[in-house]
Amino acid sequence: MTGTLLKIDGLTKAYPGVVANDAVSFEIKQGEVHALLGENGAGKSTLVKMIYGLVKPDSGTMEMRGAPFAPPEPRSARAAGVAMVFQHFSLFDALDVAENIALGMENPPPRRDLAARIRETSEAYGLPLDPYRTVGDLSAGERQRVEIIRCLLQDPRLLIMDEPTSVLTPQEVEILFETLRKLTAEGVAILYISHKLEEIAALCDAATILRLGKNVGTCVPSETSAREMAELMVGTELQTPKSAGGEMGEVVLDVSGLSMSSPSAFGTPLRNIHLRLRAGEVLGIGGVAGNGQDELLLALSGEALTEADAIKLKGQPVGRLSPNARRALGLLAAPEERLGHAAAPNMSLTENALLTGAVRKNLENHGFLNWTRTRSFAEEIIERFDVRTPGPENAARSLSGGNLQKFVIGREVLQAPEVLVVNQPTWGVDASAAAAIRQALLDLAAGGAAVIVVSQDLDEIMEVADNFAALNEGRLTETRPTRGLTIEQIGLMMGGAHGMEVAHV
Amino acid sequence: MDFSAINPALLLASLLVAATPILIAGIGELVVERAGVLNLGVEGMMITGAVTGFIVTIETGSPFLGFLAACAGGAALSFLFAVLTQLALANQVASGLALTLFGLGLSSLMGQGYVGLKPPASPKLDLPLISDIPFFGTVLFSHDAVVYFGFALVACVWATLKFTRVGLVLRAVGENHDAAHALGYKVVRMRILAILFGGACAGLGGAYISLIRVPQWTEGMTAGAGWIALALVVFASWKPWRVLLGAWLFGGVTVLQLNLQAAGFAIPVEYLSMSPYIITIVVLVIMSADKSRAPASLGRPFHASS
Repeated sequence: MTGTLLKIDGLTKAYPGVVANDAVSFEIKQGEVHALLGENGAGKSTLVKMIYGLVKPDSGTMEMRGAPFAPPEPRSARAAGVAMVFQHFSLFDALDVAENIALGMENPPPRRDLAARIRETSEAYGLPLDPYRTVGDLSAGERQRVEIIRCLLQDPRLLIMDEPTSVLTPQEVEILFETLRKLTAEGVAILYISHKLEEIAALCDAATILRLGKNVGTCVPSETSAREMAELMVGTELQTPKSAGGEMGEVVLDVSGLSMSSPSAFGTPLRNIHLRLRAGEVLGIGGVAGNGQDELLLALSGEALTEADAIKLKGQPVGRLSPNARRALGLLAAPEERLGHAAAPNMSLTENALLTGAVRKNLENHGFLNWTRTRSFAEEIIERFDVRTPGPENAARSLSGGNLQKFVIGREVLQAPEVLVVNQPTWGVDASAAAAIRQALLDLAAGGAAVIVVSQDLDEIMEVADNFAALNEGRLTETRPTRGLTIEQIGLMMGGAHGMEVAHV
Repeated sequence: MDFSAINPALLLASLLVAATPILIAGIGELVVERAGVLNLGVEGMMITGAVTGFIVTIETGSPFLGFLAACAGGAALSFLFAVLTQLALANQVASGLALTLFGLGLSSLMGQGYVGLKPPASPKLDLPLISDIPFFGTVLFSHDAVVYFGFALVACVWATLKFTRVGLVLRAVGENHDAAHALGYKVVRMRILAILFGGACAGLGGAYISLIRVPQWTEGMTAGAGWIALALVVFASWKPWRVLLGAWLFGGVTVLQLNLQAAGFAIPVEYLSMSPYIITIVVLVIMSADKSRAPASLGRPFHASS
């Protein structure tokens, strides 16, 4: 089957002040996986929302199997065979799996039949699901299964997936790809949005690249290098972060025998962690999500207190100090979750700059805030880190993920830390912004600061880190130089003494 | 003290009557909150329903028309709230409080010429044979239609929320309005309908006080029943049958303490008067200690940004 399924011709959609899509045209064939590439804010989401009927195009036409296709609402798009898996899960935590799936269907069968069909379909595609479990109790991978099964039960002809793998472990990604290949073999077309170019090369048959709302080219991902695709997306040559290779100095951070129970009910306790960090060093900490990364960041930043001697900064015990006291001493941290942890969503960028910068940038005087200086600090972050926003008075929520991430990292970097701990610094960030963030971390280390990069992206760690250690069930492996480390060795470090575990399916 | 003056059958029968206003208002508010809207104006809608129901009953002589008008009056006031919070995106807490104050003021204005009048009595449902059963006949089968309507309403709301598509969509809207919108459901329309339903229920509950329970019109006669209905919903963990249980409990303790007062029980009257509030809240707090929780979008304004 090679017929054209969906033909998009000259779609344009403008919002006040910005043209989200400017005369975008391309075709999706039956049974192909078509990638949609672009930086944050390139207009990918708007485009798929138009296909799914959530947004009406200003001009342009779509054709589904030769017939005009202009869905006024998602219901008619679903009726025409379009199904969508959303980037931020569109699930209802308090409802169970079957109810969630029924909400996404036009004419759901009675509950018992539906449950049977969910079991049947989910097992046929290797994504087993219990229809009566409450969605709030499921893991990220399982929640995504719910979304996919919801789509599959409607016999879709086109499945839209918006960054499906950003929350999955490598094993879950493998299972997902198996499922998608099975689907395409049945003639279903998949429109696949992702930042991860290696995935696209492995999975997709064709790719359309958007930049600033325009279609700037198509390519066959398996014949195009990741670098070329990234450059098409960015429009300029991509800068690979380079380390200045500064000398390593004294030990600045000494963690010894750090154990801590997790503050959250489903977390992983830290077990007897030892690490030493020298000035000028970048230490990469890898591991599958949920093996103590969040807890390690909490312990180092001061959000969770430990024994005083477990963490020493330049010989001084800081284990019982609060985050602000640690900031004053030069130990800063940027957590993974941008909205709600690293930044307060409804507060302006200026206010957010104040929240962590008050101590080191002297923005506060006997309880009174110096807004002039805070504002110029926020403006400095925006300028130095190329944060795209109309100005520092905008709410953190209004920024795209990548831009906010640049702001959050920039805020810490510009406070000239002695030790900076970052968790997933480029999660969900496009290629050029990721490169800029990595470069900033390397520059910081070259300037004599010590940096810990906690990340699940091994490529990122290999790119920036001098040394590597892995977290596994709350234990940290020995630190080893990144240079010369093979993927097999890293895999063994991540698997710990248990060897490589197969994911629970 | 003379406990023999307390007749258990009459006590239980008047329990059902005392529970009915907060039961009906509470079940309406439950639907509103399950749709993700926090309407604190229950008291205002109840008193508005009480006065409109009273006026229409006096003018037409028909309690049935009076109850209908009470529903319409409560719904009309809640429509104001719906416009403010769903279309103008005003703050729900402030709008709800304003609605209560507005309702109290409006009702005393409307009711000025009606103080001291007596409405025609609402007919009791005449259920021959079964109302003659000793004890149970008095307790269960000798009431007016609204008592049974309230009970049926709880059953209806429960079944609708649990078994029907519209109930599922309503819960979905209250749980995650962004996701419901992304799936193509009309969040604002669903919420406005829920608010109107809640307003009609509150109005009916209010009219029950002015037409049957008391029956006459005085200013501010709902005397906090709306707030009790609100508290019921929260402490009932947003579950319909628990609202019924809570309303009966509150009604029961209210009636019991009145009887105890009449019997000259040796406790200061003030303690007896506050006991229904305290006991209801304590019991419901204990019951709500399970893992059930509020609808996740409760009180959050929704604006379709995409």
